[in-house]
Amino acid sequence: MSKIWIIIKREYLTRVKKKSFILTTLLLPLFFVAMMVVPALVMSSGDSGKVAVVDESGLFEGKLSDEGDVHYKFVQADIDTFKNSYLSQGYTGLLHIPKMDVTRPPSIIYYSRGQMGISLKSSMEKKVENIIEDKRMELAGIDKSKLEDIRVDIDIVNLAGKEGRKGSALQAYAIGWGSGFLIYIILLVFGMMVMRGVMEEKMNRIAEVVISSVKPFQLMMGKIIGIACVGLTQFLIWIVLIVGLYWITVLMIGPEMLSNNAMANSPSMAANSDATKQAVAEMVRSVGSVNWPFIIFCFVFYFLGGYLFYAALFAAVGSLVNEDPNDAQSLTFPITLPVIISIIIMMSAVAKPNSAVAVWGSIIPFSSPIVMMARIPYGVPGTVPYWQLGLSMVLLIAGFIGTTWVAAKIYRTGILLYGKKVTLKEVGKWLVRKS
Amino acid sequence: MNSLAPLGRTCNLTSSINVMNVLDLQHLKKHYATHKAVDDISFSIPKGSIFGLLGPNGAGKTTLLRMITGIFYPDAGEIFFDGKKFDPREDVQYIGYMPEERGLYKKMKVGEQVLYLAQLKGLGRKDAQNKIDYWFNKFDITTWANKKIEELSKGMQQKVQFISTVMHHPKLLILDEPFSGLDPINSKLIQDEIFEMAKNGTTIIFSTHRMEQVEEICDHIVLVNKGRKILDGPVKQIKQDFKQHLFYISLEQQPNPAQMATHHFSIVQNHDKAYTVKLNEFSQTNDILSHFIHHGIQVNYFREILPTINEVFISQVRMTDMAN
Repeated sequence: MSKIWIIIKREYLTRVKKKSFILTTLLLPLFFVAMMVVPALVMSSGDSGKVAVVDESGLFEGKLSDEGDVHYKFVQADIDTFKNSYLSQGYTGLLHIPKMDVTRPPSIIYYSRGQMGISLKSSMEKKVENIIEDKRMELAGIDKSKLEDIRVDIDIVNLAGKEGRKGSALQAYAIGWGSGFLIYIILLVFGMMVMRGVMEEKMNRIAEVVISSVKPFQLMMGKIIGIACVGLTQFLIWIVLIVGLYWITVLMIGPEMLSNNAMANSPSMAANSDATKQAVAEMVRSVGSVNWPFIIFCFVFYFLGGYLFYAALFAAVGSLVNEDPNDAQSLTFPITLPVIISIIIMMSAVAKPNSAVAVWGSIIPFSSPIVMMARIPYGVPGTVPYWQLGLSMVLLIAGFIGTTWVAAKIYRTGILLYGKKVTLKEVGKWLVRKS
Repeated sequence: MNSLAPLGRTCNLTSSINVMNVLDLQHLKKHYATHKAVDDISFSIPKGSIFGLLGPNGAGKTTLLRMITGIFYPDAGEIFFDGKKFDPREDVQYIGYMPEERGLYKKMKVGEQVLYLAQLKGLGRKDAQNKIDYWFNKFDITTWANKKIEELSKGMQQKVQFISTVMHHPKLLILDEPFSGLDPINSKLIQDEIFEMAKNGTTIIFSTHRMEQVEEICDHIVLVNKGRKILDGPVKQIKQDFKQHLFYISLEQQPNPAQMATHHFSIVQNHDKAYTVKLNEFSQTNDILSHFIHHGIQVNYFREILPTINEVFISQVRMTDMAN
C-alpha cells in the first residue's frame, strides 16, 4: 500500500511540476476571461462623446435620446462642408440623415475617424428604425397604443417532477451539453496521458527495474490514480481562477459592460433586448432552482468512473506499443472509437433525453459517463428514473473493475515484451492464462 | 589464475535446502506458448559467492532472473530464498536487480530518481537520503544530484543505475551485463565495488557474455542452454573437469625428432623451441619432465594448459545444440 502511494506521489509531482502544466493551468483561465473581457473593452472604446446629427428630413429632431456616453446634438449645417470640420468642432462622429420618403428609406451615413463599434451601430439603427416605424404607422392610420394592446408575450413555465421543480429546458441543455463534453475531453486527454506515461516507462526500459520492486498492478494503478489527481488539481485551479478572475474584472470594469457586450454581440438579439433581458433574468432565477450539489456529485462520479474505465485500457495499449510510436495510433483506435460514439449519442441525448438511444447509451458503461451527464440535468427522477441512474452507476463501477482486471493482465505481460509486434490473438491468450 | 576472487569457498552441490545458500532453485519451469523458456532447472547459490549465470542468447537466462526477482511466477518448481520459501512481496526488498535492458526516467533529476527507487525498495526517506549521500560521495558524483538523467552520458547513467540497484544493501544482487557501456576505469570501479560487497556478505549473480570477466570475477558458474542447465560448479573445478591434459613446454635447444618420440605424450603444436603436448593416458605430468631430463634437454618453462571458460562454454553449447 505504501509503495503504491510512493508511485502516485511521483506520477503526480513530476507532472504538476512541469512547466507546461503550470503554463496551461494558469493561461487557460486567463484566456477564457480575456475572451469575455477584451471584446467588451474593444466595443466600448472610441464610441463615446458628442455625435453631430445633420437631419435633412426633419423627422428626427429631438427624438434621438442619449445613450450611455453617446450624446446626440442636432446641427444645422451644410453636410458637404461640415463633414470636413466636425472633428475640429469637438464632435466624435457625424450622423447624416438625408431627405427621405418614409416608405423607401435611403441609407444613412455615419462619419467617424475610426471604425464604428457594433454596439453603437446597432443602437443607432434601432433608434432610427423605431422613429421611421412610428411615422409609417401614423401614415397608415394605426393607433400606436392599440398596437401595444394587441401584442402578447407568453411564457411557458415548465413544472417538472412531483415536487413541481421549476425547470428550464434551455438550461438543462446547456448543463448537459457542457458536462458531457467536458467528460469527453477529460477521458481523451488524461487517458492519452496515462498511455504516454506507460509507453515512456516501457521504451526507457525502466519498467523492469521498477517491477522488480513492486507489482505491475501497483505501477499501473499508481500511474492511473496519480494522473487522476493531476486532472482534479487542474480543474480545481481552473474553477477557482475563472471564478476569481471573473469577479475581479466585474469589479474593475462594471457588470453592465459585460452583459451589454453579451447582447450586442448579436445584433438581432440587441434589437429585441427586452426579450433577451427577460431570458437572462429567467436564467438567473432558475440557476437557483438547479440541484447543484447533486449535479456536481454526478459529474465527479461519472468523471472518475469514466476515467478509471478508459485509463486502464489506455494503459494496456501503452504497454503493447513497441519501438514504433505509430503503433500507438492504430492500437488506440478501438478505445477512442466508443468515446467518439458516446459524444455522438450525447449530442442527440441532450435534445431528446428519453429516446431509446439516450437511455441505453446512459446505462452501458462504454458510453454512460458522457451520455448520462447529458440526461441528468433534465431531472432525476423526472427524466432519469432512479433505477436507470442506479443501474448505470453500478454497471460503471463493475465496468471499470472489469477493464482494470483485463488491462492488468495485458499490461503485466506487455510492459516486459520488446521487439515483437503483438497480435490480438496473443493478447487474447494472455487474458485466459493464469497468473 | 583466479587471484582476484575474494573467497576461495568450495561449493557443494546440494539439492536440499541449506542455510548456507541464499538461493535454492528446485525444478523450475516456465513455458511459453511456443517454447520452454526454462525447463526443469535446479541449482543453489551459496551465501557470499559471486555466481555466474551463463548461456547463449535466448537460453532462458532472463526468464530465470525474472523468476528469481519475483517478476514472473514459475509454472512449476520452488524457489527458496535465505532458507525460506520465496515470497516476492516480502523478499524483493532484499534483492537488487539490474536488468540488461535498463533505464531511468529521462526527465527526472538524478537525486530524486535514486530516492524514488530506494523508497520503492522499502527504505525510509531519511535513511535513503543518507545512503544517497554516502554513495554519491563514494562515486564522486555529488554534483550530479540536480541534473536530469538525459543530461548525463551513457556511462554516467550506468553508474547512477548501479547505485540505485545496490543502495538498499541487498542480500542478493543480480547484475545482468553490468559493464556494458562502461569505460575501463568505470568498469574497474564497479568491479571493485562488487568484490567489496561480496566480501561483506552480499551474494552476487552475474550474467554476462564476456567470458574473460567470468574467469576474473566469478567463483561459481551455471551454464544454461535452451532452457536447461548443462553445467554447474566452481570455476576452478570446471576448468579441471574439462582439461584436455595439455601442457606447454619451452626448451633451451631444438630437440631432434627422435628425442621427441615417446609413449608418454604426443605433440599437438610445434612452436619455436617449444611445444604444446598432450599427455597420454596412464602417464603422469612428471613423465614429460623426466623424458626431457633423460635426453639432457634443458627445460626453461613448463605449465599446464587449462581450458578457458570461453572454450568450455562454446564446446558445451555446441554439444547440447547438436544433441537436439
